[in-house]
Amino acid sequence: MGKVVVVTSGKGGVGKTTSSAALGAALAQSGDKVVVVDFDVGLRNLDLVMGAERRVVYDLVNVIQGEAKLAQALIRDKRLETLYLLAASQTRDKDNLTPEGVEKVIAALKKTFDWVICDSPAGIERGATLAMRHADVAIVVTNPEVSSVRDSDRIIGLLDSKTLKAENGERMEKHLLLTRYDPARAERGDMLKVDDVLEILSIPLLGIIPESMDVLRASNVGSPVTLADGRSAPAVAYFNAARRLKGEDLPVTIPGEKRGFFGKIFGRKAA
Amino acid sequence: MKFFQLFSRPQSAPAARERLQVLLAHERASAGDSDLVAKLRDEILRAISKHMQIDDDKVSVKMERGAKVSTLAVDIEIPFDAGKKAA
Repeated sequence: MGKVVVVTSGKGGVGKTTSSAALGAALAQSGDKVVVVDFDVGLRNLDLVMGAERRVVYDLVNVIQGEAKLAQALIRDKRLETLYLLAASQTRDKDNLTPEGVEKVIAALKKTFDWVICDSPAGIERGATLAMRHADVAIVVTNPEVSSVRDSDRIIGLLDSKTLKAENGERMEKHLLLTRYDPARAERGDMLKVDDVLEILSIPLLGIIPESMDVLRASNVGSPVTLADGRSAPAVAYFNAARRLKGEDLPVTIPGEKRGFFGKIFGRKAA
Repeated sequence: MKFFQLFSRPQSAPAARERLQVLLAHERASAGDSDLVAKLRDEILRAISKHMQIDDDKVSVKMERGAKVSTLAVDIEIPFDAGKKAA
């Protein structure tokens, strides 16, 4: 049985889709069989970020409505044999996502994949609550910024009350993924530090993704950042986060902290 | 404090941290419907409305949520014949 992971945040634009694609690809690159499911019905984007936008024939809503078989709707990545995508519908309304339909699809995916990664829409409505409903593990994506931290706190509350796990009295495993982190600004005291966010949200840290041009560059060409440039700083951070997700005990390093003598002098330019 | 900071703008991250801590403490408390200050506000207004018609323009309710202490100020103009009107 595979593990169901929800990537969620409450706030939009913090990097849920980027992180879903990058973590999904990183897990697939390690040999696991992965499917990434877009729950953002009406505003799908995972297909675009993963470079499969021209290959979407059927989507999640088609499968739920019985208009297509699950196997027909799964899109295999062209670069990675073990990475699959299940797109959201672009034209339908989010009311087409029914709790029973989502339950069936997730149950079927769990049987054939090691990881089912649910890319949640922003907000706290139907799409978001259904994306988290069947999760075994939650990844809360947060920017070091007040509105994002506040919304993450709200989402953590929902994860602890509105998921199947919570309703069965079990503890939902939650991890913080801090994205768009700029160590130089944090050092100057103009950005919340890692420890600030950790202390406020008090959930364990899965990884810190540095603010980087490489993320935009990867999405421009339709490739998860771990595939586009595996040696870039955000890719390395996502690879490490994926290893932690698999249970490896890997210490989290704050990006940019190991800058040497030249780094200190040319630090701004190098970053 | 570092030397250069003497000449630069004050840091903003500590303010962000403090504001979040106060806000979230209150939001977490109110999630379980146990927000005392909001409860007090509602009950005070309900108690007053039993005895007089509350004119929205004549009532000012101010809440200040702090880390250690919150304050609730209810300021109501009570007209001379308020009691008669309600009865």
